Amino acid sequence: MTLTYIPLLAILVSLVAVIPIMLSSKKPNLREFWTILAGVVKFGLVLTLLPGAIEGRSVELHLMDLAPGIPLALNADPLGVYFAIIASGLWIFTSFYSIGYVRGAGEHKQTRYFASFAICLSATIGIAFSANLVTFILFYEMLTIATYPLVIHNEKKEAIQAGRKYLAFTLTAGLLLVAASALVYHYTGSVEFTPGGLFTGLELPHTTMLVIFILFLGAVGVKAGIMPIHGWLPAAMAAPTPVSALLHAVAVVKSGVFAVIRVVGYVFGTDVLGAYGLNDILIVLAGSTIILASLIAFAQDNLKRRLAYSTVGHLSYIVLGVALLTPLGMQGGIMHIAAHATMKITLFFCAGAIYVNLHRTEISNLNGIAKVMPWTMAAFTVGSLGLAGVPPINGFFSKWYLALGSLEGDMLIPMFILIISGLLNAGYFFPIIHRAYFKKGEGLEGYGEASPLMVVPLVLTAILSILFGLFPNLFFGLFDLANSIALSLF
Amino acid sequence: MVDFFIGHYAYWFTIILLCIGLYGILFKKNLVKKTIGLAIIQASVVLFFVSIASKTGDATVTVRDANLPVDQVANYLNPLPHTLMLTAIVVGVATLGVAFTLLIAIYNRYDTLDEKELIDKIQ
Amino acid sequence: MIESHLPAYIALTFVLFSLLIPAFGIWRNELSQPIAVLGSGIAAALSLYGFINYLSDGAIRYYFGGWEPPIGIEFVYDGLSGFFVMVINVVAFFVLIHSHHIGKREFPGKEMPYYTLAMLMMLGFNGMILTGDLFNLYVFLEISSLSGYALLSIGNKPAPYAAFRYLIIGTFGGTLYLLGVGFLYTVTGTLNIIDMSAMLPQLFDNNAVFVALILMIVGIGVKAALFPLHGWLPDAYTYASSSSTALIAPIGTKVAAYILFRIVLWLFGIEITDAIAPLSTIIGVLAAIGILYGSIMAIAQTELKRMLAYSSVSQIGYIIMGLSLANPWGFAGALLHVLNHAVMKACLFMVSGQLRLKEGHSDISRFDDSYRKKYPWTMAAFTISAISMVGLPPLAGFFSKWYLVLGTIDNSNWLFLAVILISSLLNAVYFFRILEKVYMKNPVSGQKEASDATRDEAPWSMIIPTSVFALGLIIIGFANAVIVSVLLGIYPL
Repeated sequence: MTLTYIPLLAILVSLVAVIPIMLSSKKPNLREFWTILAGVVKFGLVLTLLPGAIEGRSVELHLMDLAPGIPLALNADPLGVYFAIIASGLWIFTSFYSIGYVRGAGEHKQTRYFASFAICLSATIGIAFSANLVTFILFYEMLTIATYPLVIHNEKKEAIQAGRKYLAFTLTAGLLLVAASALVYHYTGSVEFTPGGLFTGLELPHTTMLVIFILFLGAVGVKAGIMPIHGWLPAAMAAPTPVSALLHAVAVVKSGVFAVIRVVGYVFGTDVLGAYGLNDILIVLAGSTIILASLIAFAQDNLKRRLAYSTVGHLSYIVLGVALLTPLGMQGGIMHIAAHATMKITLFFCAGAIYVNLHRTEISNLNGIAKVMPWTMAAFTVGSLGLAGVPPINGFFSKWYLALGSLEGDMLIPMFILIISGLLNAGYFFPIIHRAYFKKGEGLEGYGEASPLMVVPLVLTAILSILFGLFPNLFFGLFDLANSIALSLF
Repeated sequence: MVDFFIGHYAYWFTIILLCIGLYGILFKKNLVKKTIGLAIIQASVVLFFVSIASKTGDATVTVRDANLPVDQVANYLNPLPHTLMLTAIVVGVATLGVAFTLLIAIYNRYDTLDEKELIDKIQ
Repeated sequence: MIESHLPAYIALTFVLFSLLIPAFGIWRNELSQPIAVLGSGIAAALSLYGFINYLSDGAIRYYFGGWEPPIGIEFVYDGLSGFFVMVINVVAFFVLIHSHHIGKREFPGKEMPYYTLAMLMMLGFNGMILTGDLFNLYVFLEISSLSGYALLSIGNKPAPYAAFRYLIIGTFGGTLYLLGVGFLYTVTGTLNIIDMSAMLPQLFDNNAVFVALILMIVGIGVKAALFPLHGWLPDAYTYASSSSTALIAPIGTKVAAYILFRIVLWLFGIEITDAIAPLSTIIGVLAAIGILYGSIMAIAQTELKRMLAYSSVSQIGYIIMGLSLANPWGFAGALLHVLNHAVMKACLFMVSGQLRLKEGHSDISRFDDSYRKKYPWTMAAFTISAISMVGLPPLAGFFSKWYLVLGTIDNSNWLFLAVILISSLLNAVYFFRILEKVYMKNPVSGQKEASDATRDEAPWSMIIPTSVFALGLIIIGFANAVIVSVLLGIYPL
C-alpha cells in the first residue's frame, strides 16, 4: 500500500476541517465533533507511518517548486513521525479538554478558537514533515500566524500585549530563519534536511559557520525558549489554558526544539558542529537557561507562570541533550520531547481545571484543594514527580539518558546541572502539592471536581506518563524510535 | 582658460539658465513664479539641443540649397535636434497649460498662490 | 500576423479608446467607465497574449512606418518590456473596474474627462515601456505625467496643490532626463537604445556619458520616488481620489523603475555604470535609506492612504535595491517584487477606497472591529495583502524578499540584507496595528459590541477586483518558481 500521500493528508485533514468548523458555528456539538474527528483521523494517518519509521524508512513527497530548485517537499522521516505522533495524539486529549474548558469558562468566540487550533495542528504536522528549510519556514510562519488568535483570545489588554510580544519575537525569529536559510543555500547549494548535514566536505571559515549558527539559534531559540529570547513564553500564559497546554507545552515550543534538532543534526551535522566547536555555545545557553528558569520559577505565584518557566527550563533539557553531541544525549533529548509533553500537558490541564472550577490562579490560594479536586491533584502530583525526575514516571528515564549522554561525552557539568535542576524542580513543585494536600483550604465548600471533559483527559495523560515510564515502548515503540533516530545522526 | 568659457558659451548659457530656473522653483514662494522657473528650465534644455545642432560654417536654417549637395553634410546643420525640440516645446506648452489649470483650481479653493499661506491653510 | 504588430496594437488600443470615451461620453456620461474598462481589458488581453508569444517566439521589434532604426523609431517587445506591460495593464484593468462607484461618489459628472485621462496615462505608460528610442521615451513620459498630474488633482481640497508640486518636480525630472538624452546624442549620434548600447562600451570613461547617466538617473529617480526625490509622493497619493491613487500608485513608480532597469542594465550595462563612480552602490544605498525611511514614516501615520503612500516609497526601494545588486537573484527578486507590489498595493488602495466609500473616512484611529462584521470580504482582502506585504509565506511577498535576500548574500552585502530584514519587521508593525484594530474589540473604550453591526459590504464591482488580487497573491506565491525561471531568463548578462 502506498504511503506517499499520507504526510500531505495528515497536514490537510485539520485544514480542511476548518470549513465545517466555521460553518457549524451555531451548533457547538457538531462543531466540536469536527474537531475531534479531524484529530482522530490525523492521528490515525500519522500512525500508519509509524511502522515504517521504526524501521528507519521515510516517506517522501515532492509537491510543486517553491523556488527554482527548491520544492515544497514533505519527508516523513523517523524524527518527523515521532514528533507528529506526540502532537497529533495529544491534540485529541486537548480537544476534549478544550470543550470542557471553553464551555466551563464561558469563553467567547469559540469558533475562532477551534478553527485556529485546527490550523495550528496542521502547521505543526507540516513542520514535522518538512523536507527542506523553505518548506519548514512556510509551516513555521503559518504556526506563528495561526497561534496568534489563540494567544489574544480573551482580547483583554494583557492578552493583546502578550500577542504583540509574541509576534515581535516570533516574526523576528522567522526573519532570522530566512537569512540563515539563504546563507545555507548560498554556501552549500541546498536546503534539504539531510542526516549528517549539508556542510560535510566544505571548508568554510569559522566566522561564517559561527554567524550562520547564531542566526539559526536566534531563529529556533525563540520558539525553543532559550534564554534570553524566551520572553514571549511567560507572557503567552495570558492565553486560555488549553492553548498553553497544547501549544506552549507541546506544539509551538516542541516545534522549536524540533527545529534545534533539525539544525544540529540535519543542517549542520553533528560532526561538523563538533569540529567547529559550535555546540559549546549551545551547551552554555541551555545550561544557564535550565538553572535560571528553575530559579525564576520559584518566584512566581501565578500557577501558569510557574509552569511556563518550568517549561523554559525543560525545553533546555532537550537542547542540552542535543548539544552534547553524543548518541545517548541525543536520545535523551528526543525522549524528553515526549516525556515533558505528557507531563507538562497534565500540569497545565490541572491548572485550567482549577481555574474553571475554583476561579483560582495564584499558588498561595491553592490551600487544601486536594480535598475537593482529588483526581486533579493526584494527576498534578504525578506530573510534578515526573518533571523532577522521580521514577517510574517517564520523566525519570529521559533524564537518565540525558545524564548518560553527558557521561558519554566526558562532560560532568551538564550532569550536575541536571541533578541541581531536578532538585529545583522538586523545590518549586512540591510546595504546591504540599499546600493542596496538607494545608487547610478556605471557601471550598460546595465545590467538587471539574467537569469530566477536563478531568478525564488529565488523568489519562498522567497515567500515560506512568505507563510510558514503566513500558517505554508501549503502544508506539517510542523508545526504540528515539534510539534509532539518535543513532542515525552519528 | 578663456577658451574654456568662450569656446563653450552655449553650454554655459544652458547651465546658467538652468540654475536661474532652479532658483525660481526652489526659492520663490509664489506658485506662478515657480512655474516661470520651470519654463526657464525647459527653455534652457531647448537651447542646449539647438546649440548642438549647429556646425562651424553651416547653414543657419535647414533649407535645401541647390548649390550645395545634400550629402555634404557639414554644410547643413543637423535637423534632428530641431525636430526633437519642436516636440519638446509643445510638451512644454502643454505642461504650462496643465500647470495654469492647477493654479486656477488652487486659487479658487484657497484664494492665494503663496506657498507659505497655502501650507498654513492646508494644515 | 497579429504578433508582429503587437507592440503597436497595445499602444493603439489606448489611443483609440481615449478618443472613443469623449465621443460616447459627451452623449452619455455613464458609458465612460465601461468603455475604459473595455479598452484596458483589450490591452490587458493583448499584453498577456504577447507575453505568452514572447516565451515561445522571442522578442519583437516593431518599426513605425517601416523606417528601420537607427533612423526610425521602434517599439521593442522583449522579456523586460513584455513583463512590465503585462503587469501594468492587468492591474489597470481591475482597478478601472473597481473605480466605478468611487467615481460616482468622488467626481460625479466628470467621468468622461477622468477616464479619457486614464486612457491617455496608460498610453503614456505603455509607450514608455515599449519604446526603443530615448526621445520617444521622453514624449511618452510627459504624456503619462501630464495626464497623471491631472488625475491626481481630482480629489480632496488640497489635491490640486499636491498635484502642482508633483508637476513642478516631475517636469524638472523629465527635463533633466531630456538633457541627459541630449548629452548622449551629442556623443553617440543616435537615439535608439539598442544602437546606442553597442556604442557605449567604447565610451566608458567619457565624462559626458557619465554626466548623462547621472542626469537620467536623477530625472527618472524623481518619478520613481527614489529617496530623497520622493517628497511629492505622500501628498499626491493622499489627497487624490481613491481611484486615481489606486491607478497610479501601483503602476507609475514601477514604470519609472523599468526605465532605470533599461538604462542601467541594458543601455549602459553595469560595467559602464560603475566605471567612473560606483553609481550602482550609491543608488542601492539611497534605496536602502528609502526603505527604512518609508517604513518608519508609515508607522507614524494615522491615515490609511498616507500610510500606504509611505509604504510605497519603502517598497520601491526594494525594487531599486534589487537593481543595484546587478546579479540574477537580485534582478529576479526585484522584478518579482514589481509584480507583487503592483498587485498588493493596488489591492490595498482599492480597499482604502472601499472603506472611504462606506465609512466616509480612512482614518486608522477611527477603525473599529465592527469592520470585520460589516466588510468581511474587504477586510479579508486587506488581511491577505497585509500579510503578503510583511512577507510571510506562502504569499507572494515572501518570495520576492527571499530572492532579494539571496541577491544580497551573493554580493556579500550584509548591510542590505539587514535592511531587508529590519524593514519587514517595521512593515509588520504598521500593518498588524490595523489588523488588531479591525479584528479585536478595543479593550479600553467600551464601544458597542461588534455583533451589533450588520453586513454592509461594498458593491460587487469593488469586491471582485480586490478578491481577485488577494487570490492572485496566493497563486503568485505558489507559482513563483515558474515566474522566477522566466525572469532569470530575461536577465541580460
